[in-house]
Amino acid sequence: MSKIEINNIYKIFGPNPQQVMPMVKDGASKEQVMEDTGHTVGLYNVSLSIEEGEIFVCMGLSGSGKSTLIRHINRLIDPTAGEVLVNNVDVCTLDEKEILEFRKKTMSMVFQRFGLFPHKTIIENVAYGLEIQEVPEDQRREIAQGQISAVGLDGFEHQYPAQLSGGMQQRVGLARALATDPEILLMDEAFSALDPLIRSEMQNQLVDLQAKLKKTIVFITHDLDESLKLGDHIGILNGGRLVQVGRPEDIILNPADDYVKAFVKDVNRSKVLRAKTIMTKLDKFDKSSTKPSSTYKYDEDTFIEDLVPKVLKDRSTIEVVDKKGTTKGYITSDELSVALTKTH
Amino acid sequence: MWALFLNRISIMIRKFLTYFTFPIIFVWLLVVSYNSSKRKPDSVMELLTDPSWLYDWPKWLDIPLMKWINDGFKVFNEKYGIYFEVINDFLLGAILSLKKFLIVLPWPVVIALVVAIVFFSSGRKVGTTVFVGICTFFIGFLHPKFWDKAIETTSIMIIGILICIVIGIPLGIAMARNNKLRNAILPVLDLMQTIPSFCYLIPGIMLFGLGAVPAIIATVIYAVPPLVRLTDLGITLVDTEVIEAAEAFGASKRQKLLGVQLPLALPNIMQGINQCTMMALAMVVIASMIGTRGLGDEVLLGLQQLNVGKATEAGLAIVLLAIVLDRITQAYGKKIQDRNQPPK
Repeated sequence: MSKIEINNIYKIFGPNPQQVMPMVKDGASKEQVMEDTGHTVGLYNVSLSIEEGEIFVCMGLSGSGKSTLIRHINRLIDPTAGEVLVNNVDVCTLDEKEILEFRKKTMSMVFQRFGLFPHKTIIENVAYGLEIQEVPEDQRREIAQGQISAVGLDGFEHQYPAQLSGGMQQRVGLARALATDPEILLMDEAFSALDPLIRSEMQNQLVDLQAKLKKTIVFITHDLDESLKLGDHIGILNGGRLVQVGRPEDIILNPADDYVKAFVKDVNRSKVLRAKTIMTKLDKFDKSSTKPSSTYKYDEDTFIEDLVPKVLKDRSTIEVVDKKGTTKGYITSDELSVALTKTH
Repeated sequence: MWALFLNRISIMIRKFLTYFTFPIIFVWLLVVSYNSSKRKPDSVMELLTDPSWLYDWPKWLDIPLMKWINDGFKVFNEKYGIYFEVINDFLLGAILSLKKFLIVLPWPVVIALVVAIVFFSSGRKVGTTVFVGICTFFIGFLHPKFWDKAIETTSIMIIGILICIVIGIPLGIAMARNNKLRNAILPVLDLMQTIPSFCYLIPGIMLFGLGAVPAIIATVIYAVPPLVRLTDLGITLVDTEVIEAAEAFGASKRQKLLGVQLPLALPNIMQGINQCTMMALAMVVIASMIGTRGLGDEVLLGLQQLNVGKATEAGLAIVLLAIVLDRITQAYGKKIQDRNQPPK
């Protein structure tokens, strides 16, 4: 069973969404609905499932409905139709009290512009989730202090958010989200407001943290490179519709439509594709053409950017092996050139 | 298909109603006016070219508001007069005891108290403190008689402002939470701010008699709107992402209000209290016309005796009092704001 399952979600913004619903279900276009009724279609029949312990990246341009989608998971927004199952419970059926309890226990959120409380110190900010849960004062201080250390902000506990730089503020946001030890972490364009260097640093920090914590993370971004770097699975939204869901390689190699193609066009493929994706399998490979002297062994999860220099330099063949060292397949310059050719 | 069709029809009918209801009423009024007009034109040509039948406002088109209010007020006074007496006694008691307390204090103690309050509420700013101390001293220095008068005015104002806070802040909070309530209350606030003060001073006298109590009621009516507006504005202006952050951690409405919205709206609320104070002081002179004693009384006397010097002196004393009260309320608001947005 998936951790989070979203089934046929529709979201219509406007004064009378239920009345417009039949029209939208009949397949009227976004523009037509806007013109006829003044309602905006935010999400159109979105279904996806997110597995426990993975980073699911939801990507799209602004206005594609990705922020709306993530807010359905903790029900900051109610869907017009459809269901959101978290741990097999339909979030939309919870009453006022249950939803508060659910938000406290199950998930927390990181925001694009950090969403820190300007009137609270860093340590009070980090401890906010615990304060809401009415954890005793000394205990929540201890936990908050631990989280602050984990994101490398020791010594800033008693500063106010406005005294910190953007990158540091977002670390506070991350520490605050982790302080309640949630099962699910929702990150709404969490790194988009940071400059490129800090952003890349934060991405690495998130990957490191995730390796230890194994949370289920739903990450929203408009940046394809970011989504390819972080995502175990990626969902691409366009105008409120989910266009494609898949592993990063699938998105790169088989873009579902022109919109995804346009996204993928300028991606550095060698940073995304892994050896096991492009290799020729053992049984199909004609071994006679290789010189045994120039064979290198590489793990199947290696990104091909690490292989390219080797292959280019001595025309060598790469032997792809799995974790146990069993040979799975081979890569030569032929495989590389096919994999790196852009599809148009 | 049928559902879609019916849906479209109902949307069209709604549009038609919104656009045409008022024009239809307008045309109907024109027709009735024509029928009841004495000067009926002889031909259609004359009807169109000579609009003299529309010169006079039709006599029957008149809402008998005056009669309703007079009757209503009379019944109201007879039925509920007893309650007003209770309110009257309570308020008068409050003012008298506050005044007695302040007058019994030796004047240097009062000045010292004011200085101490300013010093701590402004975050230990020496310049402001000294300035306010000098202003306080000058009230008595202008004319020894003014000291007691100023204390009398201040005690009326303190009670008035306390009532404003008790009414204004909860009302502002309620407005920020509920759009319908806001739409209902905003015109009432407009009315309170634009209606000439004598319109409620006179009924006030009829309910409470001459003296300090109707002055307080008038002060509250006149001074509460800015506080309500600024409380509402302050809460509405709190960053939506910060609110979402609180919600995402499962904060209940109460936790959100007390922990996030009110503290962040506090600079605006303090500004509201400041405005409230200034407007209450402006009311002091007008209220003296219904027999309220205090500094306004002196201005009125000066005017009646054509004693320009006396009126100006008393006017100056009011300005000084205004400065003192303004600095106290302003300084506190600024202190909070500085903490939320420290200078870069």
